[in-house]
Amino acid sequence: MTPQPYGEDGYRKLKKQSLLTFKEKWQGDFPKIFVGTATCGISVGALEVFEAFTKELASHGIKGEIIKVGCLGICFAEPLVYIKKDDNPTICYQNLKKEDVPRLVYSYLLEDDPCFDLALGTLELKDGIPFIPELERFEREERIILRQAGYLDPEDIRDYLACGGYEGLERALSLTGGEIIEELRISGLRGLGGAGFPTGVKWEECVRANGSTKYLICNGDEGDPGAFMDRVILESSPHQVIEGMAIAAYAIGAARGYVYIRSEYPLAIERFSQALAQAREAGLLGRDILGRGFDFDLRVFPGAGAFICGESTALMYSIEGRRPMPRVRPPHSVLEGLFRLPTLLNNVKTFSCIPPIILKGGDWFSRIGTESSKGTTVFALAGKVKQAGLAEVAMGTTFREVIYNIGGGIKNDRALKAIQVGGPSGGCIPAGFVDTPVDFDSLKALGSMVGSGGLIVLDEDTCMVDLARYFVAFSQSESCGKCTFCRIGTNHLLFLLEEIARGQAAPEDIAVLEELSHNIALGSLCGLGQTAPNPVLTTLRYFRDEYLAHINEKRCPALVCKELVSYYIEPELCRRSCEHCVLKCPTRAIGADERNIKVINQAECVGCGICLDVCPPEYRAVRKVSPKIKGI
Amino acid sequence: MARAVIDGREIVFAEGEKILWAALREGIYIPHLCALEGMDLPFGGCRLCLVEIGPGEGARVTAACSEPLREGLVVRTDSARIAALRRMAFELIMTTHEIDCKNCAGRKKCALIKTAAFLKLRLEPSRFRSVLRQRPVDDSHALFVFDGKKCVKCGRCVVTCEKRGKSFLTFAGRGFATEVATFDGLPLAEVCGEACRECVEVCPTGALFFKEKKREKPEAKGPDSKAVAQAGEL
Repeated sequence: MTPQPYGEDGYRKLKKQSLLTFKEKWQGDFPKIFVGTATCGISVGALEVFEAFTKELASHGIKGEIIKVGCLGICFAEPLVYIKKDDNPTICYQNLKKEDVPRLVYSYLLEDDPCFDLALGTLELKDGIPFIPELERFEREERIILRQAGYLDPEDIRDYLACGGYEGLERALSLTGGEIIEELRISGLRGLGGAGFPTGVKWEECVRANGSTKYLICNGDEGDPGAFMDRVILESSPHQVIEGMAIAAYAIGAARGYVYIRSEYPLAIERFSQALAQAREAGLLGRDILGRGFDFDLRVFPGAGAFICGESTALMYSIEGRRPMPRVRPPHSVLEGLFRLPTLLNNVKTFSCIPPIILKGGDWFSRIGTESSKGTTVFALAGKVKQAGLAEVAMGTTFREVIYNIGGGIKNDRALKAIQVGGPSGGCIPAGFVDTPVDFDSLKALGSMVGSGGLIVLDEDTCMVDLARYFVAFSQSESCGKCTFCRIGTNHLLFLLEEIARGQAAPEDIAVLEELSHNIALGSLCGLGQTAPNPVLTTLRYFRDEYLAHINEKRCPALVCKELVSYYIEPELCRRSCEHCVLKCPTRAIGADERNIKVINQAECVGCGICLDVCPPEYRAVRKVSPKIKGI
Repeated sequence: MARAVIDGREIVFAEGEKILWAALREGIYIPHLCALEGMDLPFGGCRLCLVEIGPGEGARVTAACSEPLREGLVVRTDSARIAALRRMAFELIMTTHEIDCKNCAGRKKCALIKTAAFLKLRLEPSRFRSVLRQRPVDDSHALFVFDGKKCVKCGRCVVTCEKRGKSFLTFAGRGFATEVATFDGLPLAEVCGEACRECVEVCPTGALFFKEKKREKPEAKGPDSKAVAQAGEL
């Protein structure tokens, strides 16, 4: 066996050096500027902000360091910059534009005015401005998986090492595989990819599988619309996944592993590949890891660009170079997986939980969460919520805390109507259940699932039929086409929903819709098909009256379904001399009566809604109405 | 030999044997379309062979083609739930199949007619409209023809071709648009110059058929599937 450039001694040296550089980074003499540069930040201009800082520092001749870090998960505040100057606490600036940079550099770095108007808070305690971990958002969160996201430079292994990185692996290598699995069993960790299968049991089964060659796979094919936590982890703290995987490989006896990252995440692929190279160089991957005679290496596999690749057996076919169609079980992939060899597959979040569990013990982990679901879960808060972003909360936290305390409530202070959890596989939970403690089992009982953790907040303006139609259309177009129920069944499901949305369905269609949904859930081959009707089943369960309104009254209560909605001008509110709507109507459907009050000719109207947008706010004469107005 | 119970009847099976084949051997008919005997990893796509396993309330729905029998396993093929699933699966399949039995070369060995007869259903779906996708007929090959409108995507041809190490026929597209196709949609004659015929032999719906057996269309008459279904029942 060829020795690594770093053996265990080399690793110790690197670790020591990392602690020093990290301390220097955060506490050194000259100012440090940290710019959040995950894809989310970059998409709203973080790189321009980074450039602007570089330019400004150079032009003023300020000695300072600009460091790219990952994402803190507070997406609504991107681009996010933290500045550490002298002994001041680190101040976090939100929604920073490149135009703000010259002022900030001049006022704060040259003078001593921290520009509080741009600040979100501080990373450490300081009177006057809120301390970020004291912001309500962070107070409610319990960060295990996202523990380091946004604080570290994801492109430098030394940052991770300085914050306790790879100490879990060190400890794991002094245990036996059995002891590690026992620790997992005690922890009660359940797979965070969606299904919630007990991780310890899965590992144990893989250990017991026959064969000396075993594979390890990390599923990073995050395809649910609305979910983005795996991307943030891979882009912000790739080493925690590598460490978790190395521990798993040691426990089950795997020598090779794959990290399957969807190709739509190029930055995640780039950063993860870089992290792998650094881990190899540090002797944390490859041969004779940390001088303990344990060999393990990993490679990144860019995903094949289909939602179905997130299904474990399809994912494995995809790595084999085949069409990703899920296969029948048994055999389960822990016994016969990749290349028909025993394979352990876990999600990015599950692997992220492993190092802290090994370091702090299963007991510690099992004290977080509820009776049946231990630890935390990460929600990707999106939709009609004020402060979108990632929220990692202990299992058992209520939706109310997640939406109102962490997410800041509903946009425009409208009323919450429902919560769609778990993307197209999940279900729609009505506002009445907002105080339900969230865990694997409570969501299942409500007809939904934790799934990917996408949490879409819906307000009164959402039509439930339209919502179900959207998700079914997604599942339908992403079906692999293998089994009857999913390929053809979801297609008919979509037709039925479209007919309902157009007001063309008959009352008896509800029964067909229901039976079809139940049968698709029961009869489909894989998880995609089995969960695809969930949005329909839950909306039928909780919002049946909306379906009935569409069918019986041809009315869309949320005024969303275009075919059931008309635009109407209130004669009392219309200002006669105003011609805004008339001039902007693309089909010239708006005329005036003898008093010069505007009237929409319904036969000519195509329902584009421009009249509603252009009617001056002081009149607000244009209204949407449902059912449709017949005639002129 | 181990024992299990199917529909109240005790049967003896060999280690690893799948429910479907043991049941058929014992004279318990389970409809099936995509299953090929001897496959150790069945395709499992048609979902016609769904059965229930396990006792009473906790019974689980599974595909008979892929679920191996175990000692003492209780299997039900005749519950109301299974009947509803089979009927639904069959109706769904029939919304994507061109029903033109009179002019179909595959009618004699048609698995759809056989299934309809067993399930006592008409060939035309009652609850769903036809969503047949129009595709041109590929008759470029010297020996056989592929008519995609008859194809129900059971994958038997794909699996068979793959087993021979060829994969001339494969799946393409996704979602409802998934279809059996050649590489890049090339004409069959350009990808497959062989005379192995195995794909034609395994096609259960007359989508792949031999040229000499193809009947000339006498005139465009509507399908008379009820009569055919009844004929199949006899």
